[in-house]
Amino acid sequence: MTLAIRALEELETVTEADLDAFIESHDFPLVEGASITFVFRGNVDSVHLMHWVFGLESSQPFLRLKETDLWYLTLDLPKRSRIEYKFNVHMGGKNHWVHDPYNPQVARDPFGFNSVCQTTGYETPEWSYQDSDARPGAIEEHLLRDTNLGDRRISVYLPARFRRTRQYPLLIVHDGLDYLRYAALQTVLDNLIHRLEVSPMIVALTQSGDRLREYAADQRHADFIVGDVLPFMEQNYPIESRPAARGLMGASFGAVASMYTAWRNQNVFGRLLLQSGSFAFTDIGQHKRGPAFDPIVPFVNDFRDKPGKPAEKLFVSCGTYESLIYENRSLVPLLQASGMMVRYVEARDGHNWENWRDRLREGLSWLFPGPLWMVYE
Amino acid sequence: MTKVILLGPQRYQPSIAQACAGLNLEGPLAVITAGWQEREAELEELDAHLGQETINLNLHQRGEEVFRQDPGYKEAHRRHQASLRRLQELYRIRLNNAQDAVQLLMARNHMPHEIIGPEIEDGIQSVRSLDEHHLRRIRSTNRKFEEEWTPHDRPSIAGHRMELSEVVEKCSGVLIAGGHVAVLLNRLRMFKLEPMLAQKPIIAWSAGAMVLAKRIVLFHDNPPQGKGFAEVFEAGLGLYSNLIPLPHASKRLQLNNPTRVSIFARRFSHSVCVPLDPDDRIDWDGNWWHTQAGTRKLSVGGELEPWEEA
Repeated sequence: MTLAIRALEELETVTEADLDAFIESHDFPLVEGASITFVFRGNVDSVHLMHWVFGLESSQPFLRLKETDLWYLTLDLPKRSRIEYKFNVHMGGKNHWVHDPYNPQVARDPFGFNSVCQTTGYETPEWSYQDSDARPGAIEEHLLRDTNLGDRRISVYLPARFRRTRQYPLLIVHDGLDYLRYAALQTVLDNLIHRLEVSPMIVALTQSGDRLREYAADQRHADFIVGDVLPFMEQNYPIESRPAARGLMGASFGAVASMYTAWRNQNVFGRLLLQSGSFAFTDIGQHKRGPAFDPIVPFVNDFRDKPGKPAEKLFVSCGTYESLIYENRSLVPLLQASGMMVRYVEARDGHNWENWRDRLREGLSWLFPGPLWMVYE
Repeated sequence: MTKVILLGPQRYQPSIAQACAGLNLEGPLAVITAGWQEREAELEELDAHLGQETINLNLHQRGEEVFRQDPGYKEAHRRHQASLRRLQELYRIRLNNAQDAVQLLMARNHMPHEIIGPEIEDGIQSVRSLDEHHLRRIRSTNRKFEEEWTPHDRPSIAGHRMELSEVVEKCSGVLIAGGHVAVLLNRLRMFKLEPMLAQKPIIAWSAGAMVLAKRIVLFHDNPPQGKGFAEVFEAGLGLYSNLIPLPHASKRLQLNNPTRVSIFARRFSHSVCVPLDPDDRIDWDGNWWHTQAGTRKLSVGGELEPWEEA
């Protein structure tokens, strides 16, 4: 198969009209089998693709098509991949990180948003879109005063048709507001509960103003979760009191905070959902991950030495394009050997919120299965 | 002979009132919504649709009262349910292997029929035998529980039974809503509703339709966990014969997957497997079925085909 960009390049002369027609007649990035072509137009000095795929050069130069203002880069990417990227455009001695002007697909995160490339076989899960059939849950806001971390706000998701006469499982989510904003957590919960795939549950959404410190195996944070959030939830909502009905969830440092809290408080939480956990460890010598990981490494080393049983059931996921894939793959056999039920899932994606969104159905339905087989309304 | 009307899901296009009118049910209607569990009492939408008097039998709430008054029975019931769940887990282990084998054989249907056909048929027969074995064990476990605990004679339950009998007696018919099929079945069993129901015309939908069958089959082709093989769950009340109702079939089953449809129809070939989607309706006159225009059934050929019974 001749790639479209090659066919354009092979023209004896490439006119402005040829370029316009090329841009008009394709969607970008242009997916042709395993080949992905990114393009940019402009009289600039250079263009680089900036991405976060561990294993590829993080900055890849575009080529200029003959003497035109069209810049392009063709990469081979595996099927069912999803990558987030920007263009670094160098012009007049300055670098400008910009979104792909020809790609409407973007993913938001706390730092802004990135363009998204999806290769053949990747589809945004249909259960992550709003479903008009699904009855919506509700969010309540609370201020917890004088906690182990001072005054803290938490948000609480209540499932549709919530009844105080019934008891519900509780899931405490680190970076909960980010999950709502960037991983469509409320829509996902509404849909999966409506479809009976996940048990109706109450979800406490916590958010830290200093997550790199509080989530990094910090005892004060663990005390906040167990000594402040959990009692507040049990006093104010109809929560089942057994460990199997209590879960912690988080991504990246939030996964570390979840694991640490459960490890320091065994038999309190029965379910853990850990996404792209920053479980850095050392076998010998010093780690090279930066000072934010300083408290994490000794914790993970201790955990690897004496894992105990922080929970009965764990769902662990990681993107294969993340540098953390090594740490997460290393963790799984250790967890399994400790007698915990562990489900480990990988995806061709990076360290980002939509990767974490896409794994929610599998994780939540495994940890908190709904009455799918039993309810016919 | 009990007249039964089975309807599809009623959330968006309710047709219960029309069914009631067809049966000339003019007196009060007994309503069973135990499958809704803690929402059992919320009859506002149903009443607004029906426009006639209803009496909620409150089976879920009555069951909770029984458990509060009779802790010994509650504990025995809990243990019994745990036993049933264990049996279901064991059955599921065997079923997954047996169904896997059938699917693997079906995938070889390019082979000459005289070679592969008997293997498929025998594979399906193995699944049928397993279903029968499981149902026998479930029935036996239920029988032992009832013999040991004689729930219907217990004072905590007998009083409710008398009340229920009087209420049902003065009603012109019974409506049984869907919801949690196990909870609904348990409450119907706890108060031994079957002889009372058998005296009245019944209109049932979704899980309500399932519990009236001779056997209850759970199904979902696309679950987030597991392989989605239909499971025989329990013996139902047996108020009609030869039919397995499939509520929400168009959502829960891969009806355009000939292999799955064919396996389902062949596995349960003793019955007609009938999708019950919104607007669907099928009538049992006590002896046989009467279909509506548009009634479909799963065929052994792997398609949905019209089912016509005058």
